[in-house]
Formats: sequence, C-alpha cells, structure tokens
Amino acid sequence: MIEITAKPLDPDQTTAKVRQDTNGAVVTFLGTTRLFSEGKRVVKLEYEAYEEMALKKLVVAAAAPHRREAFFACHKTVDRVKEIVPIWKKEVFEDGSRWVACENHEFASDEAATIHADHN
Amino acid sequence: MQLDVRFFALYRDRAGCSRFSLQLPEGSTVADLASEVRRLFPRLAPPEVKIVVAVNAEYADHELTLQEGDEVCLIPPVSGG
Repeated sequence: MIEITAKPLDPDQTTAKVRQDTNGAVVTFLGTTRLFSEGKRVVKLEYEAYEEMALKKLVVAAAAPHRREAFFACHKTVDRVKEIVPIWKKEVFEDGSRWVACENHEFASDEAATIHADHN
Repeated sequence: MQLDVRFFALYRDRAGCSRFSLQLPEGSTVADLASEVRRLFPRLAPPEVKIVVAVNAEYADHELTLQEGDEVCLIPPVSGG
C-alpha cells in the first residue's frame, strides 16, 4: 500500500494500517533531518520534488509474522523508495552546499516502477 | 516534433535552466533525446552515468519512442523522501 499526501504525516496512523492479528511485528520507519553531515553543520535542507511523481516525506510501515521479516521488508522498502522517488535534497552548510544522492542511485529504468519487499 | 524538457536539482544547476524546448525528428527515442541533451549540455553528466528520463511522469526505457507534446524530465540521482 502506497499513499501520497501533502498533509503532515502521522506515523501512528500509518502503523495502524498494517497491523493485523496474524502479524507479530510492525516496523515503522520515520525519516528525519540530521544536524551534521560529514562533520559539517547543516544550516538547512532544501527539498525539491518532481511533484507529479513524488512522495513528499516518508513514513514506511511493514508488518510480518516475525520481527526479522518485518525489519527486512521495512529496510528494503525504504532503500527502494530512496532509489527511485524523484525528490532531491540539498544540504546547505555555512560555507557551501551539495546535492545529496542516494548511495544506490544507478538503477535500471525498467525496474524502477516496482517496489518489492520479498522476505521468504 | 517539439518536446518540453525539464531539468531538476543537480541537472538544473549544471544546465543553467529549468526547462527548454527541444526539436527532434519524428520517431526519436529516449536514447536519442539523451544523446542530444548531452551534446547541448556537455557538463550535465559524465559519460559513464546513464541519464534517467521520465516521460509524462513515468520512468521511461531508453528504447521508448517519443511523441509530440510529451513532457520529458531528466532525473538526476535522487535522495528520496
């Protein structure tokens, strides 16, 4: 389930949506801003999005019978979103700035549409 | 055919503009567009980096044939939400 919203995010609500009696674990990821990047103080973050395609901010919740699978699914989903969603973040330092790139951004475009969290 | 091409983030900084209009022969593919854009904006991306393209707000294969009026966006490495 993927939901795109411009409203403030509510992790509790997202978590509740994947809760089921058959699952023993829910892992929720909440992306936040860090104050330092590579030793430099981040004065602000500028976000830019291709809005027609993008999620604005990120909450991911994954549920599975056991915690190992739930962690795995959450981790893979966050990785995948970070690779494919057209949002760009510029870290502005006191003495300059840089565009942040996801570590694994070199994806093939034909696989880009699939978010897959296989956890057998 | 005439195409509206948009740049974002790093590519916009390197291109020095956020959008421009590109004229390409009928039947051109995304790959043709990418090489034309590289020719016009040599600093955009190093040769080993494949330029990722979205056509009408969806990621597109380089084999895709473009149509008049398509909105084309060049997607630099993303940083996610």
